[in-house]
Amino acid sequence: MWFLTHPWLIPALPTLGFVVILLLGKRLLGPARAHWIAISLVAVAFVLALGTAGAWISHSDHDTPVTSEVAGYAHVDPKCSQVAASVAAEGEEAIAPVATAHTSEAGHGEAEGEAAEGGESMSQPVVRCASWWSNGDSQFNIGTMLDGQSVLMLVVVTLVSLLVHIYSSEYVKGDRRYTHFYAFLQLFTASMLFFVLAENTLQMIVGWELVGLCSFALIGHWWEEKPNSDAALKAFITNRVGDVGLLVGTIILFFSAGGTWNVIDINTRANTGRISHTALLVASCCLIAAVMSKSGQFVLHTWLPDAMAGPTPVSALIHAATMVVAGIYMVARLYPVFFHGLSIGGSSINLLAVVGAVTGLFGSLLAFVQKDIKKVLAYSTVSQLGFMVTALGVGAWTAALFHLFTHAFFKACLFLGAGSLSHAAGHSFNMVDDMGGLRKKMPTTFWTYVIATGALAGIFPLAGFWSKDEILAGTGGANDGVGTYYFALIMLLLAAFCTAAYMTRTIWYVFYNGEFKGDTHGHGDPHENGPRIAVPLVILATLGAVAGFANLPKKMLGIEMPESLALRFEHLVEPVGAFFPGHGVGFTHAEFNNLLAIGSLLVALAGVGIVYAFYWKGALRPLHGLAERNGMARLGKRILENKYYLDWLYTDVIVGFIKKPLAAATYWFNQNVIDGVVNGVGKTAVASAHIVYDQIDQGVVDGVVNGTATFATETGGGLSKTQSGRLQQYAVLFFAAAAVMAGVLVLAVK
Amino acid sequence: MNTFLHDWGLAVITFLPLVGAAVMMAIPRAEEQLQKIVALVASTAALAVGIWILAEFDYDRAGSMQFEINRRWIEIIHSRFSMGVDGIALPLLILTVAIIPLCVIYSWNHIPSPGNAKAFLILILILETGVIGSFVAHDLILFFVFFEIVLLPMYFLIGVWGGEQRQYAAIKFFLYTLFGSALMIVAFLALFWLSGANSFDMTELHNAARVPGALSNTAQVLIFGGMFVGFAIKVPMFPFHTWLPDAHTQAPTVGSVILAALLLKLGTYGFVRIAIGIMPSYASHKWAPVLVVLSTIGIIYGALGCLAQTDMKRLIAFSSVAHMGFTMLGISTLTDFGINAAIFGMVAHGLITGMLFFVAGSMKERYHTLELKRLGGLLVSAPKMGWILGFCSMASLGLPGLAGFWGEFPAILAAYNPAEGLSKALFRTCMVIAAIGTVFAAGYLLWMFQRTSFGTPKDEFADDPHITDVSRPEWIAWTPLLISIVLFGFLPGLMFDVTNPAVKIVAAAAGIGG
Amino acid sequence: MLINQFLLLAAILFCIGVYGVLVRRNGVLVLMSIELILNAVNINLVAFGTQHDISGQVFALFVIAVAAAEVGVGLAMVLLLYRTRRSINIDELDELKG
Repeated sequence: MWFLTHPWLIPALPTLGFVVILLLGKRLLGPARAHWIAISLVAVAFVLALGTAGAWISHSDHDTPVTSEVAGYAHVDPKCSQVAASVAAEGEEAIAPVATAHTSEAGHGEAEGEAAEGGESMSQPVVRCASWWSNGDSQFNIGTMLDGQSVLMLVVVTLVSLLVHIYSSEYVKGDRRYTHFYAFLQLFTASMLFFVLAENTLQMIVGWELVGLCSFALIGHWWEEKPNSDAALKAFITNRVGDVGLLVGTIILFFSAGGTWNVIDINTRANTGRISHTALLVASCCLIAAVMSKSGQFVLHTWLPDAMAGPTPVSALIHAATMVVAGIYMVARLYPVFFHGLSIGGSSINLLAVVGAVTGLFGSLLAFVQKDIKKVLAYSTVSQLGFMVTALGVGAWTAALFHLFTHAFFKACLFLGAGSLSHAAGHSFNMVDDMGGLRKKMPTTFWTYVIATGALAGIFPLAGFWSKDEILAGTGGANDGVGTYYFALIMLLLAAFCTAAYMTRTIWYVFYNGEFKGDTHGHGDPHENGPRIAVPLVILATLGAVAGFANLPKKMLGIEMPESLALRFEHLVEPVGAFFPGHGVGFTHAEFNNLLAIGSLLVALAGVGIVYAFYWKGALRPLHGLAERNGMARLGKRILENKYYLDWLYTDVIVGFIKKPLAAATYWFNQNVIDGVVNGVGKTAVASAHIVYDQIDQGVVDGVVNGTATFATETGGGLSKTQSGRLQQYAVLFFAAAAVMAGVLVLAVK
Repeated sequence: MNTFLHDWGLAVITFLPLVGAAVMMAIPRAEEQLQKIVALVASTAALAVGIWILAEFDYDRAGSMQFEINRRWIEIIHSRFSMGVDGIALPLLILTVAIIPLCVIYSWNHIPSPGNAKAFLILILILETGVIGSFVAHDLILFFVFFEIVLLPMYFLIGVWGGEQRQYAAIKFFLYTLFGSALMIVAFLALFWLSGANSFDMTELHNAARVPGALSNTAQVLIFGGMFVGFAIKVPMFPFHTWLPDAHTQAPTVGSVILAALLLKLGTYGFVRIAIGIMPSYASHKWAPVLVVLSTIGIIYGALGCLAQTDMKRLIAFSSVAHMGFTMLGISTLTDFGINAAIFGMVAHGLITGMLFFVAGSMKERYHTLELKRLGGLLVSAPKMGWILGFCSMASLGLPGLAGFWGEFPAILAAYNPAEGLSKALFRTCMVIAAIGTVFAAGYLLWMFQRTSFGTPKDEFADDPHITDVSRPEWIAWTPLLISIVLFGFLPGLMFDVTNPAVKIVAAAAGIGG
Repeated sequence: MLINQFLLLAAILFCIGVYGVLVRRNGVLVLMSIELILNAVNINLVAFGTQHDISGQVFALFVIAVAAAEVGVGLAMVLLLYRTRRSINIDELDELKG
């Protein structure tokens, strides 16, 4: 249990690293010693994460099964969760579902019963917290919530981060801000881990935004060049747009869940019908906006390709583990909110599924027109995130997280591979003009890249095949799913085709396509990189190949899998309890479908095959130069090259409008209208003062005064003759006057 | 000694700077070093008393007035010399006594032209007395006197040590604020006569104004209106804000820092303590919709104003309008949650915007211009200063983990659920707009940061030997601020726990019914 | 009544003082004459003071103090005059002529 109650150590280690590296700084650490601190801390964090995972596995295999008595709150500190507290005090009735239009009470009870009967041994979340601050009557905690989902992410994040750290020590060697780079890598990892472990939504906001900050710092790492700092700004501000949704969404959830931030509370109350459907709907729409920006969903994905301006290891980290999956993670975390808010069960369309499906296809189309290898990968991330969001949207929760898990490995491998290529080939990422023929020169990179590509394309038996297939099955288009989402199924199949095709295109340009075309700036022929770059590639490629076996289906092509191998991932990661949608509300797992699996594999192979024929064999003549000949094709290409004109819309239209005319108009209003009134009042006051002064004061009043003065001057002139200056003469006058006055007084008094 | 301080501590902390100023007047002008030392000693002594108060403060009774002084003062008008500090005033009091010594230290080698350290520092000390007095006064006339004392030193600081248009800015500042004060004193007097309290003591007025039938509804609304104008100008709220950019742009660095960090807080503090704290809930409820709409406009408007600026200091000045909008948004909800957030926001804004002005001032000293077009590459020329600027921009845009967030986010949160009797629809609309305001905040601050710090220095400044990194007095003045920004960002409870009991009392009185 | 004699004495002293002020050329003597005038007033004050209440005497004390100060200042001026002009003849002091 120690591992399960002390997960806070894991984010604490990289935080420590950040502080230490920042404080010691370049001078004390020497030009390149920061990485030892950073790597060793992340390594320890990774070991701890593995320990936690081990503890979690034994916890979930041996824990008390969720029954109607336990209901999954056994390890939740009542201090942290109102629901857990009331369950501890009043028992199960405290969370009895409230009958509403969107929750079928009977169904829920059934689910409870089912779990009880089956005695299914499921893991129960471990929640620990401490009081952070309070305001009014609300208490704010800070703590950790450990369940399958967060354990999964702990392992993925620390592993990818560790490999990226090691890789960077070679890749970024001699950089102008080496220590700074490592400091922010540490903070990046720490923020993501903090986010992953968040026990409440407020903590999630904090982690979420800190991740944004780190991406800002790292994307803009080479800020001397304007495009880089532009990209950093774009990333941060686009994310900020989504954050509005996050803020508003969590605020709505806070109030509608009865004044609690706790994830378990919110989930339980959403699940048992204690939060109104409207509140859930609005909150989930707001949160989807946040997901769209953070996880690069179509229309807010534009920052993601630009973020390639950062160093490649950072791209790998952002795309595989630390940033973009935050949105997926958040939806998965608050799943009952979305499940009930969007009525995912039993329907065939909803916002989340549509956003995901559209992103999946549109993102993959964009990858076709890129010359920059990193941009291809960036759009592929956009598209793969679309897969995950769709999975969540159609109710395939486990499939989404499973895809997140596998994707982390092969996408990290691809990015690091791209970095390796560029590192060897003159620091260019232009695969069309500056690469080519690298297959023989860089065999390790080639093989790892091909494996990862296969995994991404979904080729049997690599990891991507299993997870992608689970998502496709989950759409329920082909068999029994949570709902029947044909639209999503079709879009995703098309996207899978495109994915296979554009990844094969990349391989052609980079590794084949005749001889090497780039310029290594006097470093001789491109050659394989050292072990610090190659070893992470090999590890990631291996994982990308085998990670899919973590969730083998029970039955496939008529072969029964042994119990101890099948659906391990689902068993370990998916929560069961009153805080997660159960069978009663239509939450099911789609079975493995042979037809669909073979179909999707064929689609992917078709994508590979067509591109192979097109490039390698020079076949399919009519397709060559199609864009030059056909108006429709030209239009399509132009739209793709301009990225659907979204950048133009955002940068030139919206931001341009706000920054120039709107801000200028506001300022004009400020200076001329409001300040005009103020200055006008001032000027009127001064003008009327002038009138008063010139006419009345100087003319009338002063006239009188001046007249008096003139009179006084003239009489004074006469009188001045009496001023002899002789004191005694004055005294005579004085006493004479006094005598006269005294006389008058005497006479008058009489 | 302890009992003396318990009885008179607040008077001591208020008048210590004034004593320092008096001593400095006796020292000849030529002894500049001595002048500076005296100013530093006086303000540090006030800080020491402040720390003593912080230590002796009874946090279990943070809701009630402590260290009370209540002596005869001007009997003929029933005004008493009464002072006290509770959980609302304490953070602001400490902020004040902490900022001023830092300003003095910063001024060590930075006395702006035309020099004359003696007069400059004396004015700052007088200013300190005024600000502290306003925060601890418990009598409306006493409050008003201190409130007005603040004006003159600031007028001279801007008018003598300011930029090119200093005369215009100084007069604008002075007249604007005086106009507000005029209406405010009328409101005070009306309250005095109409409530029948026959006293200017805040508690007595609070009680008297709540006696049924003491104040007609119209009278309440009008009196609140008078106070509203007075405080709204000081905050400043849209549309009374136009003095602020001019005053900030023209003021010397230290003047801007004090203006942003302390003077603006007088307005918001006045709202919490006097307008909402004294007036019955009817008036607050009538005015809350006005407050919320104006503060929301201020948030967006200030942000747009920022985007139109070409001068860095003016941009920061406009950002104050937006940030104080968040503070007022919290206050306008009339809930304990919102007012707590507002007080946090005040202190956070004081620390962060104060720092931004410090950095802007130091940049001005090095570049002799703050025109965004000409700046760039600060991170190359003076990397530490560049990172500090980046840090402050991040804090200012409300990044969680730094102080700014805890003023902004809870204020937005509170607007979702305003006090009973207020229109939820209106407040929730404003909440969403305010949340959008945070995007703008990120926009203009990062844009400013990009323009000033990223890239490479422009040719004219490429090898300028004057552009040096952070100097020692700057480090000494800035480090405490930077540490507090992080500290409050991680442990917001440090402040919320202090303000909460006092705020609950205010909110309980203001928030009920309508 | 006894008061008449005091008043008479005071009147005589006053007249002597006025005479001295008006006709003497020597600055010091003029000051002495002024002193006589003040003492005449003092006598009056004390005399009336016995009739009414103590305030007359108190006033007299004030006058004495003021007179001392006045003589001090006056003599200092005379001394300075002598230093600059080598003369204390007040007929020669007519710079105030209009």
